[in-house]
Amino acid sequence: MTTIIVIYSLLVICLIWSLLKSRQQTKQSFIVAAKALWKMAPGLLAIVGVVGLILGILPPEAITRLVGEEAGFLATGTAAVLGAVTLIPALISFPLAASLLRSGATVTTIAAFITTLVMVGFVTAPMEIKALGRKFTLLRNGLSFVAALIIAGLMGVILG
Amino acid sequence: MSLIKKFKAPLLLVLVYLALAFWWPDISGRSAAVAFNYLREMVLIIPPVFVLMGLLEVWVPKEAIKKLIGTGSGLKGLFFSFLMGTLPTGPLYVAFPMAGTLLQKGAKVSNIVIFLGAWAAIKIPQLLVEVEFLGLSFTALRFGLTLTAVIVIGLVLEKLIKPEELPQLQ
Repeated sequence: MTTIIVIYSLLVICLIWSLLKSRQQTKQSFIVAAKALWKMAPGLLAIVGVVGLILGILPPEAITRLVGEEAGFLATGTAAVLGAVTLIPALISFPLAASLLRSGATVTTIAAFITTLVMVGFVTAPMEIKALGRKFTLLRNGLSFVAALIIAGLMGVILG
Repeated sequence: MSLIKKFKAPLLLVLVYLALAFWWPDISGRSAAVAFNYLREMVLIIPPVFVLMGLLEVWVPKEAIKKLIGTGSGLKGLFFSFLMGTLPTGPLYVAFPMAGTLLQKGAKVSNIVIFLGAWAAIKIPQLLVEVEFLGLSFTALRFGLTLTAVIVIGLVLEKLIKPEELPQLQ
């Protein structure tokens, strides 16, 4: 909700400012926006479809079963991979992580899950490549995955 | 025909959903519910974000972006990229086209990585939820470590990626 309010307020302010300065330029902005949206539309729709499939096959309960009960490297690795391939909104991922913690997962596993979830985007990679290039995307996601494992390890040592 | 080709990935996914509905209706039902929720969110968030991008493209001159977050912007550029990322403005897939525009307008690679990292991992409202569920020490530690990691990754990418390896302005 906050997101929507912030985006639309920002849009209204900018649009009013733009219209006051030049009608022509404002129209041009809409043309640029429409073109970019048309270019990105297949990617966006595909993300919706893939996210639906992944969360349909792997609902939160299944994730809990996979990484909840056992500790150790395997659970942490599984959690990191799950975090990288799924796209779960933060508002859902934190309660999910808390429930994983309660069902016996280690701090390291939870940290790996949350960190790859926010830093690595497997499903969104095609879009990232389109906007920022292949090398950028591969390096950013690859390094982020490694960083996530290191962060998880450190957090486990410090908090565990 | 070209329209079908352009949308082949989503169309293929529709076929997968239909096939699932036939053999595993419970999976397809759950998937469709999730997909529908995402679609609703996108329909609300995507159009205003793209119009904002259009306004940025039309109004903000290349020099301004370069000065703010381009080469030679130093710590100020780093800080500003971080700040832009922390604004509560939706999921990460929204940030890619925006980051692409900024990059083509002369932003530094490291600052784009920091912008994306902050956008994904360090949102203020998101942090409040995290504190509530996982505690202050977990959140603070993850915040600090993630911020460090994002800055380091940004500096590494800056070194490894040459300008000609980035998508060019059409």
